[in-house]
Amino acid sequence: MTYKNPPTTPRKSATFDDYTLSEIRRAAATGIYDIRGAGAKRKLPHFDDLLFLGASISRYPLEGYRERCDTSVVLGSRHAKKPIELKIPITIAGMSFGSLSGPAKEALGRGATLSGTSTTTGDGGMTEEERGHSKQLVYQYLPSRYGMNPRDLRRADAIEVVVGQGAKPGGGGMLLGQKISDRVAEMRTLPKGIDQRSASRHPDWTGPDDLEIKILELREITDWEKPIYVKVGGARPYYDTALAVKAGADVVVVDGMQGGTAATQEVFIENVGMPTLACIRPAVQALQDLGMHRKVQLIVSGGIRNGADVAKALALGVDAVSIGTAALVALGDNDPRWESEYNALGTTAGAYDDWHEGRDPAGITTQDPELMKRVDPIAAGRRLANYLKVMTLEAQTIARACGKNSLHNLEPEDLVALTIEAAAMAGVPLAGTNWIPGKNGF
Amino acid sequence: MPATKLSKASQDQASRVFDLDVSSLRELNQALHNLTSGSNETAWEVLHPKGSHSVAVGVDQPVSIDVRGSVGYYCAGMNDGAAITVHGSAGPGVGENMMSGSIVIKGDASQYAGATGKGGLLVIEGNASSRCGISMKGIDIVVHGNIGHMSAFMAQSGNLVVLGDAGDALGDSIYEARLFVRGKVESLGADCIAKEMRPEHIELLQGLLDRAGVTGVKPSEFKRYGSARTLYNFNIDNADAY
Repeated sequence: MTYKNPPTTPRKSATFDDYTLSEIRRAAATGIYDIRGAGAKRKLPHFDDLLFLGASISRYPLEGYRERCDTSVVLGSRHAKKPIELKIPITIAGMSFGSLSGPAKEALGRGATLSGTSTTTGDGGMTEEERGHSKQLVYQYLPSRYGMNPRDLRRADAIEVVVGQGAKPGGGGMLLGQKISDRVAEMRTLPKGIDQRSASRHPDWTGPDDLEIKILELREITDWEKPIYVKVGGARPYYDTALAVKAGADVVVVDGMQGGTAATQEVFIENVGMPTLACIRPAVQALQDLGMHRKVQLIVSGGIRNGADVAKALALGVDAVSIGTAALVALGDNDPRWESEYNALGTTAGAYDDWHEGRDPAGITTQDPELMKRVDPIAAGRRLANYLKVMTLEAQTIARACGKNSLHNLEPEDLVALTIEAAAMAGVPLAGTNWIPGKNGF
Repeated sequence: MPATKLSKASQDQASRVFDLDVSSLRELNQALHNLTSGSNETAWEVLHPKGSHSVAVGVDQPVSIDVRGSVGYYCAGMNDGAAITVHGSAGPGVGENMMSGSIVIKGDASQYAGATGKGGLLVIEGNASSRCGISMKGIDIVVHGNIGHMSAFMAQSGNLVVLGDAGDALGDSIYEARLFVRGKVESLGADCIAKEMRPEHIELLQGLLDRAGVTGVKPSEFKRYGSARTLYNFNIDNADAY
């Protein structure tokens, strides 16, 4: 009998993992960086790393389902003559007509309206579907100014000056030729079928002093009626929030890196910006330092999925949250019922993110007339409303357990962190300790 | 700045002459926005602007407005139908996002003149600074003097006419806007090239010069610039230009 040397088990590199290797091969073959939709997919410190303490001997709970727990919020009370009053502190984030189909935009408007909340336009102007079906519509004022006009500005319920978004702070958008249909091209004043590049900075202002003058112009055009939001990507939340307040914003929107985009470079999505969890406390701190907390409202977005996330964000001092990716999933995005079609596109339900290619089997991120028929705006709007209702009930359940008769009475004291990272980012103690990393010199 | 109800006195003034030494910017813009079609108040005069920002923004009626002096940022922003004349110079973003109507600047204009304009005519009788016509989307701009660098950046549609010289990187990343420059161009931006002046362009340019009240200048003295259209669809071999 001959002795055989035992073989070594094949070992793959943690650094050069399968995904990384595939991306190197893809780049080498095509010479084009990977473009995709959605937000950061890497594992990040998030709301899952926080827990509520609930009531105990020293804190008594409110009766679940019985006692009042207010969910309403008013946005824009600082300067606007007509602030926005929402029944729930969950809004629908800006997503463009162009990146989304007309029926999908209509469904977002219907779902938001049924739930007593607002929806938001995007980098493509305001459509009739959206205006008609949205009781409260926030009109984005973007660097590209596609479709921007004073008439739509006046029929909006609020104006959101977009400085950046979490998926790509400092970057512009792009919409590939497949999605530049006649209607999209006309709204954006572009030739049909080109790869459209959106500007990354505003064409007529730079810096906080200019922003103040720009906000004055928007207020003058709309006779000081509309709340003015300023949206920033989660990069320097303390200073961006402070500067937005200084520039006169009624509402500051901070979008963390899990916040989605219609399309940008993968390298941008995964490597620029900060996790949502890391953005909240600095933004709240800026408002508190200026004496403007609860006077200028703070909306946070990026990876909000359920009522627990809503409650945790509010406990950290946020006034409202915004959802984009989750709203699309409620409409039907990445639904396993289209699995065979996802497979044909080389992907699987749950991982599909080539939203820019316009071939979405779910009919949401497309301008293909046949595919978009798959979204029934009434049924999809109803699903979104159901989902928003569940999130709200979940958040109320937690708030009552913490003894709060309003979601906005939740506070950092109600929270502990499971990890040192989350404790440091959220500014709450590591569970079972009184240690908040970075506080009191430790 | 809180919104204020117009006093009787300022309403009387607002009928024709509005003195910003006496009344506020808010009162001026509110009075202009209160105009309805068929109003008799068709001729307005604004005195002592003294560099105020947002003078006569968002006007949507076909009235004439003469601003006697220089203005700050965003004068006549989003103008939709008014004929606005600034008898002085204009700060950044004059006529930004204009929809229709006309704006004449008797002096010079700062950065971003006519930015993102969708329609109408902007005439600058002096010089314009950098980024003139940036992201323009259908507006016509005629500059009697020179324009600064990065003008017509990402210009999508409309016409930019320059009787003098243009600075660096003219028409960078331009789409379908047409640029006509009579003088020297310091440099062209990515994907912007000189193009042939065909008869239809001569005719178009003559029409623009006529509308802008320019005399003694022939269309044949201009060169035309526009998009080479090489960046319209992504190609890695063009990466240096992106």
